[in-house]
Amino acid sequence: MTLLNITKVSKAFGPVSVLHGVDMSVDRGEVVGLVGDNGAGKSTLMKIVTGMYTADAGEITLDGQDILGNTPGERRRMGIEMIYQDLALARQQDVSANIFLGREPEKKVLGMNFVDKATMRREAQAMIDRLGARLPAINRPVGSFSGGQQQSVAIARALTFDPKLVIMDEPTAALAVREVQGVLDLIRQLKSEGIGVILISHRLNDVLSVTDRIVVLNHGRAAANLTTAETNMTEVVSAIVGSAEMDHAAAHEARG
Amino acid sequence: MTQSNSGPAKPGPSLWARAQSSAIEQLHIRLESLIVLLVLGAIMSVLSPYFLSVSNFMNIFLATATIGVLAIAATFILGSGGLDLSLGSVMGFAGVVGAWVAVTAGLPTGIAVIATIGAGALAGFVNGIIITRAFVPAFIVTLGMLGIARGLALVINNGAAIYGLPPAMVYLGQGRPMGIPMPVIIFIGTAIVMHILLAYTRYGRHTLAIGDSENAARTAGINVSRLRLSLYTLSGALAGLAGLIFATRVNAGDPTAGLTYELTAITAAIIGGTNLFGGRASILGTMIGALIMGVLQNGLNLLAVQSYYQQMAIGAVLILAVFIDQWQVRKESRV
Ligand SMILES: Nc1ncnc2c1ncn2[C@@H]1O[C@H](COP(=O)(O)OP(=O)(O)OP(=O)(O)O)[C@@H](O)[C@H]1O
Ligand SMILES: [Mg+2]
Repeated sequence: MTLLNITKVSKAFGPVSVLHGVDMSVDRGEVVGLVGDNGAGKSTLMKIVTGMYTADAGEITLDGQDILGNTPGERRRMGIEMIYQDLALARQQDVSANIFLGREPEKKVLGMNFVDKATMRREAQAMIDRLGARLPAINRPVGSFSGGQQQSVAIARALTFDPKLVIMDEPTAALAVREVQGVLDLIRQLKSEGIGVILISHRLNDVLSVTDRIVVLNHGRAAANLTTAETNMTEVVSAIVGSAEMDHAAAHEARG
Repeated sequence: MTQSNSGPAKPGPSLWARAQSSAIEQLHIRLESLIVLLVLGAIMSVLSPYFLSVSNFMNIFLATATIGVLAIAATFILGSGGLDLSLGSVMGFAGVVGAWVAVTAGLPTGIAVIATIGAGALAGFVNGIIITRAFVPAFIVTLGMLGIARGLALVINNGAAIYGLPPAMVYLGQGRPMGIPMPVIIFIGTAIVMHILLAYTRYGRHTLAIGDSENAARTAGINVSRLRLSLYTLSGALAGLAGLIFATRVNAGDPTAGLTYELTAITAAIIGGTNLFGGRASILGTMIGALIMGVLQNGLNLLAVQSYYQQMAIGAVLILAVFIDQWQVRKESRV
């Protein structure tokens, strides 16, 4: 069943046209790879899905319901989570503050709502443990963490609220080999739980190993929509670089 | 931050580091500023025998009340990554509005009180609207408001102060229930409420989050511009409250009230550990910072130092406080 449906989405930043009528869809429990050159428009498209950017034209539905009129906060509550390429963490705040940012659990004292810090800390710790992430301490500002540790916090933030769709923009960029395997395992686990996943990555081997389908963006157009089981590295690379540059790329591949 | 679940005490971090980290975690304050306050107090009590008297302590608190309320406003605004240079002017403007409503228009004290705080809130709201909707930097908008609010304060009664507030209103500035001056009660009460708001509510946490990373807050679904607008309005309302305290204490709506107070207020907040660039702030720290400024001013008064030099001292303390903060940041090489 279709979870997310993107239809003819276009976007320009001033005079610069970035997306030209892109179509893309994700089913429940489906892992879709979104690949393309630097500047192809991958992050822009996904930020339109989360509401960080507005689309100039097109339609996006989640479970058949139009979401373009909803705020980023509402879309999160509807189940769309994203791990941003720049992580989008508040560096001076601690792990639990980051994980629960915008959705802090509250408890009532004398009829007033106060942030329930104990619950936040406990659940943040549980999430970090579940991910198997190694953090120095949960009550330290995340700005003092390594890139990989920060990435773990960003992943934890996206998974804490039972999402329906998780968008990962280069989630493994800062990770060591073992942690990369951890993220790929995590993606398989999300899939088994019926969660839709969009994985943006330049590590094509990872994309080929974990996705069901691969959508290739080329200069703001969906240049290919490939079933992972029926494609290979060469086909993906040629779609990424475009046919005009195919000979050059093939030569590059041949050289290794 | 209430219980420690770190198991048996481990050797390792020095006593100082542990004392500091627990102070920061429990009370959100800087230990250094507390020590500065104590040292400053000790120096003053040696220099002036009068300093340690009970009535002088009340004087210090009384003198700190206005600045303290402004400093609380500065703490929220700086914590959110913003800046409000119009605090002192808005305070003066609000005081004149309140006096005008009570004396010239002859309306009841309750309405005059609401008008005073409301005038401040309105000025803050205007700041917020221009900053969030017209995207003019806060530095420019509030610098402009510094001039506009001061000008308005002077225009209302042709530059003259409005004297003769009704007794009920004067009580707010000069009353002493149980021997404690009303301004001190208002100041402490405001500080407690604002501390709870900042440290224990979503509003406070989101305030620090937008100061830390506006992008992170936005991706988390926080409505950043609405929050900023409410923060500048809150800041203006607090400036209005400071104006109310000042006007009722001197029994006049003085259009020059609060001149350069933003300098002292921002200094107090920064001494208290508020990050000039946002993301970190504490009301308790600001209270200590405000008291340091109060002790400094009081001490310089007792030593009969001319007010011109006091102004220089406050300016120097501001630069020194930011220098020390930045120096520590670079030393720890974070951010
Ligand atoms: N906020 C913005 N303002 C102006 N131009 C932008 C903005 N964001 C992205 N762009 C432009 O849009 C194009 C697509 O950028 P985008 O970040 O979506 O690429 P990407 O596919 O994610 O690339 P990468 O693989 O390098 O992350 C680029 O040319 C970029 O310069
Ligand atoms: Mg990108």
